Amino acid sequence: MSVLVLTVIILIGAYAAGLVGSLTGLGGAVVIIPLLTILLHVDIHYAIGAALVSVIATSSGSAVAYVRQGITNMRLGMFLEIATTSGAITGAVIAKYLPVKYIAILFGSVLIFSAIMSLRKKAGYINNEPSPLSQKLKLNSSYPAADNTEITYGVRNVAGGFVMMIFAGVMSGLLGIGSGALKVVAMDGIMRIPFKVSTTTSNFMIGVTAAASAVVYLQRGYIEPGLAMPVVIGVLLGAFTGSKILVHAQSNWLRYFFAVIVSILAVQMIYKGITGGI
Amino acid sequence: MKETEGGSIKDKDIQQLIGSLLRWGVLLSMIVVTIGGVIYLFRHGHNISDYSTFKLQPDFTREVWPLLQGVLAIKGRAIIQLGIMLLIATPIMRVLFSAIGFFLEKDYLYVAITVLVLAIIMFSMFGGFGS
Repeated sequence: MSVLVLTVIILIGAYAAGLVGSLTGLGGAVVIIPLLTILLHVDIHYAIGAALVSVIATSSGSAVAYVRQGITNMRLGMFLEIATTSGAITGAVIAKYLPVKYIAILFGSVLIFSAIMSLRKKAGYINNEPSPLSQKLKLNSSYPAADNTEITYGVRNVAGGFVMMIFAGVMSGLLGIGSGALKVVAMDGIMRIPFKVSTTTSNFMIGVTAAASAVVYLQRGYIEPGLAMPVVIGVLLGAFTGSKILVHAQSNWLRYFFAVIVSILAVQMIYKGITGGI
Repeated sequence: MKETEGGSIKDKDIQQLIGSLLRWGVLLSMIVVTIGGVIYLFRHGHNISDYSTFKLQPDFTREVWPLLQGVLAIKGRAIIQLGIMLLIATPIMRVLFSAIGFFLEKDYLYVAITVLVLAIIMFSMFGGFGS
């Protein structure tokens, strides 16, 4: 296949991945990696390198609005970035030594988990019993609600959330994804942060986390410019389109439909990993 | 949590600044990547591509000085990679700006936390993990 034809195909695929990733909340990277490896037979390290770069673009691009609205908890994000960046370096180091079949199997498993997470009901609790550590770290904050009132909330189990964030960082560095689903588990499930704050703060952190491992991937030559170019441009444009559509249509069957498709891709990744087809 | 009126206004200013930084960083890097991409496709569009096995990349896609020389020689792939480096630098610059912001707010605990995050990223960059 000529470079031109392949670039156009990847551009279209990355656009679709960015769109689906944005509509489902999974992120474009987890969708583009199986597309590249299964359909186009791209080496998984190249696929991960290109996806990682697209993660930085979408995270930074979409964080703008939330940061400006004051929903993002910047102190919380910054504190937890200690965990995610150290995890990301660890992941990038492991990526070199872990055989690709295990990377594929692990990727498939995280993908299925993320797909299930994207379908769950979003509990809207507000916790007003902050832990002593969260007070010391000034993590408790407030965010503007739709009717312009400020909703104050407290943060629980800081240590538990921190450990979960290290794990999310390792997965991000190892698999080239944003690990949004794992970050939300840490913040929603463990630290009991309101849903709106946890998703925007997680998104805010994803760019820095990905950058920490991207510098390793770049030096290692995993980021191939000819491949990364259509991936980054496509995913970013797709995510942008998705964010515009999302405001208008939020149908449930669409989310189920995409979750099923993503799960099929995930099973294929696991299957290829086990049979050594990757 | 005690936050004075003045403190919260400063907080908002920093949030605005960080928002603009992220937006311009992404926009600039995407423009550079696109320019590099057009040059690369114009020159090599008809070559046969093969990404199915990992091969060691040339220096100009992995190291700063050879990359800048490649950019001056108007190599498409070097220009794409410059754009990608700008993209990677965007969230790192955001962390740096946050450190300055926390310093202006006299929140020294968070200056320390932010500097620690920067140090971790620097360790990743210069720790020799890329070889």
